[in-house]
Amino acid sequence: MKKLDLLMTGVGGQGIILASNILGEAALAVGYDVKKTDTLGMAQRGGSFISHVRIARKVYSPLIKEGEADILLAFEKLEAARWSYFLKPGGIAIVNNLSQPPLSVNLGNERYPSDEEITKILKQGTDRIYFVNGSSCATKLGDIRTLNMFMLGCVSLFMPLKVSIWKDSTAQHLPPNIQKINTIAFGLGRKEIRSVHLRKGSPPPSRTVVD
Amino acid sequence: MIKLLSGNEALAWGAYHAGVRVGAAYPGTPSTEILETLSSFDDIYTEWSTNEKVAMEVALGAAYSGVRSLVSMKQVGLNVASDPFMAASTTGINAGMVVISADDPGIHSSQNEQDNRHYAKFAKVAMLEPSDSQEAYEFVACAFDLSEQFDTPVLVRTTTRISHAKSPVKLNRRRPKPVTGLGFKHEAGKYVMLPVHARIRHPLIEERLVKLKSYAETSPLNQVFWGERRLGIITSGVAYQYAREVFPRASFLKLGMSYPIPKNLIHDFSSQVDKLIVIEELDPFLEENIQAMGIEVAGKEFIPRAGELNPSIIEAASQRAGLLEKTSPQPKLEITSELPKRPPLLCPGCPHTGLFFILSSLGQRSKLPGAKDKTLREPKLVITGDIGCYTLGALPPHSAMDTTACMGASIGQALGIEKAGVRDKVVAVIGDSTFLHAGITGLVNAVYNQGQITLIILDNGTTAMTGHQDHPGTGISAQGKKTKAVELESLVRGIGISDVKVVDAFNLKALRTSLRSALESSELSVIIVRGDCPIHVRKRSEPRVINTDKCNQCGICLLLGCPAIQNDNGHLYINPMLCTGQSCTICQQLCPQQAIGPQSKIMDRVLK
Repeated sequence: MKKLDLLMTGVGGQGIILASNILGEAALAVGYDVKKTDTLGMAQRGGSFISHVRIARKVYSPLIKEGEADILLAFEKLEAARWSYFLKPGGIAIVNNLSQPPLSVNLGNERYPSDEEITKILKQGTDRIYFVNGSSCATKLGDIRTLNMFMLGCVSLFMPLKVSIWKDSTAQHLPPNIQKINTIAFGLGRKEIRSVHLRKGSPPPSRTVVD
Repeated sequence: MIKLLSGNEALAWGAYHAGVRVGAAYPGTPSTEILETLSSFDDIYTEWSTNEKVAMEVALGAAYSGVRSLVSMKQVGLNVASDPFMAASTTGINAGMVVISADDPGIHSSQNEQDNRHYAKFAKVAMLEPSDSQEAYEFVACAFDLSEQFDTPVLVRTTTRISHAKSPVKLNRRRPKPVTGLGFKHEAGKYVMLPVHARIRHPLIEERLVKLKSYAETSPLNQVFWGERRLGIITSGVAYQYAREVFPRASFLKLGMSYPIPKNLIHDFSSQVDKLIVIEELDPFLEENIQAMGIEVAGKEFIPRAGELNPSIIEAASQRAGLLEKTSPQPKLEITSELPKRPPLLCPGCPHTGLFFILSSLGQRSKLPGAKDKTLREPKLVITGDIGCYTLGALPPHSAMDTTACMGASIGQALGIEKAGVRDKVVAVIGDSTFLHAGITGLVNAVYNQGQITLIILDNGTTAMTGHQDHPGTGISAQGKKTKAVELESLVRGIGISDVKVVDAFNLKALRTSLRSALESSELSVIIVRGDCPIHVRKRSEPRVINTDKCNQCGICLLLGCPAIQNDNGHLYINPMLCTGQSCTICQQLCPQQAIGPQSKIMDRVLK
């Protein structure tokens, strides 16, 4: 594989900008070219949010082409379904098990899709779908804001970067007093992907190699 | 040192290393981080100006005084600043002056999609367009040099995907020591634009343009990348990156300086390729300039004019135009269009929520979820709106805004609607930062012309939508230092308005009472609705909960549009991660069943 295109998605306020910055700088630290761009629109919270991260020896466009993302890292289920058309056939979808209904659903004007419908949408493009319990793990840890580090932990198993590189990049972005809890969240994310594989009886994922 | 920087950060670093001494801006997406980054450096004066016009004038004053200056703004900001921008072009400068315009193709956070490249042609100044962060860093330095060499302000034009995309930057320059002995040059013929002087300046501007054209021919800012000669592509900015990805084997003429265009270079390039196309975002700016040279070129006949480009759009358009072979179409995923949308919302604990709920109910704009009567009554009130987070009040469930045009327009529009003889009471809604930016003159006009409108100033103590920048009302400078605060109520009273009320944004009853009395009055009135932005002050306390024994699922709390209040198949609950608690309590005040309260109290009652 010549490149790694990663689309991160979720709801504004879930810490995706920080996560994609950490990821981008980790890749830069080991010598890759990196481009990343976020959809920063109106209002700080609550809107549909995406971040494009592209890693290769040379990157031109900061935006990923539809149907060419290698990995979809979704912090919320509806957003995973909404942006799944960016994923390449057979790509990897890592989806946090969280339903955060938008206002139109709360007001009864629209319907939140069922888990089966979301899986069906994702399965049109790939069978490599990992549902992970990021929000519940982060809540148990005592700080929901660690969700982004949990999700990075999940995706780290598919990327050619050593844990120490992730640690250095994280340390540059987080104040010292919350680094420990975030390191734990990162580790829990890695564990979660491994255990999904154990449950399926398949070997743990092999790292994607970026030439 | 290599850093992963956004285009905006790189522009600030570039200016800093080019020796800029004065920076001024008004926040506006996608330009805001330029001045924010510049303000984090020592040894430079930066300010948030009241608006872009003032910012441009501050930068111009500094440039007259022999100091390199920078002014940055979003695309529509240059409309506001266009008067001093044209003046700057006429007078020229003494030290380098760079104007950065960050355009917003795709309208991520703007009111229009204008292409500010036209401003370079209009003002007859040079324009540079970086295509990534490294170029942003380098081009700014070049812009300062050109500004001094040709006695002109230089426009650096970016777009959202340049300003808000991160890529690696080699920070390989150092900040020069300040040049001493410079000062304001007393030169009335150059700086006092009386007709007699301006008439002398105009031919000089035309001469300058000729010189800039000849510079463009050999400028290293314009680059040719030879590939196959069958297809030649002329492009600039981020469109270059997309085009390079879609046509990896084509030949490219990349214009880093996109005004004035290098005619000989373009003739030369076009003569060496079989087919010439232009790939550019928004208007056919380069294309029309090239067509005017008599060169056959295609572009906007297949590349869309509206909306942000991306590689997928360019690829599909090029396939339709027969420039690319059609790839086997991927099976299009189904269902995604039927998914519920997730538009941005006012945040939990937002000080605008209560006011919009009241405006919505007094203005007959909303109905309860599941209400039997599906039709809404005829809306009452005319509500003119303005630019800020609060523009979201136009969306359901509030639907409490009837117009939004540009910064400060709510007040003038409200007066116009009243003077047109509309029977309904007219209410203008504007934020604190927007009022200071462009609302004051409109209000003075309403006083002078005996308006009877009600103006609501939503004072959340910050410029929230662009990420919490300070403004003249906050008492904090761009560098985070304490300064004098302009008090809104004194200002409003000072221009002769006597009916001025200040209301707590989180007191629903007070909001309703004061709004009712203002609507009944035939006098010009101002209500300042004051409450902190919760994202800015980060105040959180014990979240509210809904007592399910008392809740009868009437759903009125959902009409607040608070993202913390959620509906799980008719079971209403408050997401404790989102609720800000005691600083808000709007839902608690609203609930007719008194079913909402702090966790501790609700649990007490349940136990009793």
